[in-house]
Amino acid sequence: MEARSSTIRLYLEETGDRLTVRLEDNGVGMDAETVRRAQDPFYTDGVKHPGRAVGLGIPFLRQLADATGGRFSLESAPGVGTTVELVVPREHLDLPPTGDLPTVLQQALCYAGDYEMVIQRRRDTAGYQVSRRELVEVLGDLETVGSQALLREYIAAQEESLDDTEAETWQR
Amino acid sequence: MAKMTLKDLRKLRDAKRQEMDMRNPDNKTADVIVSMGTSGIAAGAKDTLKAFVDELSAQDLTTVAVRQVGGMGLEHAEPTVEVRVPDMPAVIYGKVTADIARTIVRRHIMGKELVNEHIFDRPAADIVDEGKRGE
Repeated sequence: MEARSSTIRLYLEETGDRLTVRLEDNGVGMDAETVRRAQDPFYTDGVKHPGRAVGLGIPFLRQLADATGGRFSLESAPGVGTTVELVVPREHLDLPPTGDLPTVLQQALCYAGDYEMVIQRRRDTAGYQVSRRELVEVLGDLETVGSQALLREYIAAQEESLDDTEAETWQR
Repeated sequence: MAKMTLKDLRKLRDAKRQEMDMRNPDNKTADVIVSMGTSGIAAGAKDTLKAFVDELSAQDLTTVAVRQVGGMGLEHAEPTVEVRVPDMPAVIYGKVTADIARTIVRRHIMGKELVNEHIFDRPAADIVDEGKRGE
């Protein structure tokens, strides 16, 4: 959102023994030198907090890929956008627990601003997709607690449907 | 269980809205702004944010706006949260765990009393810059 993107896509896929997280935006992008420096934990562009020299988000992802034998990539082009991808083994001991996914996804959709965010979720043969624009259209806003609680309930129901599909597959 | 559709979600929203309008006719509400930079998240800001949404829902304060911003520059005091309630000074709270979040809902938002022991007073730069506040 801070990269002035109008569309953000998040892919969250658990297939086979892999967990893939890919985030694509069409924001301002970065040149090759900035892409390189963004992976250094002691670098930040300093726009938001002048004088600060720490930027940990991307280095943490790299560290996680290293620790689990996974793979991390950061691709960007000025004026085009940025793609971050992390692929890690699903069952690796050093992979942090997934945690409360409906809450995390609800929080990711509720940052302020007028932008589209599409989340594509897949677990083996089952999946669902949510679009922020459609949700705003249905809920009216994503700022009030009432909307946020309903949104979390909606995503939790989608997540439960993945379990149902999995159970049906086993029964067959 | 059948998958919930957008149509089901719309029905639920309409039902909740009707219920809320009956209980809260004047609709005067508050703003909660949670700092969600990497350091905030590392300090537990996701749990804090969830605690605000859960407690405000439980207390039927569904018209309160809960927003997320990047770091407020107060890393030593994360998780940090700005609270704006009509007719009260805007404050930033520091070291807001899920328990303190519930205390803020009950004492500040419902009881109109500041939680003095957790106050750090500075505005949230992201939102001031976007001109979203009348300052």
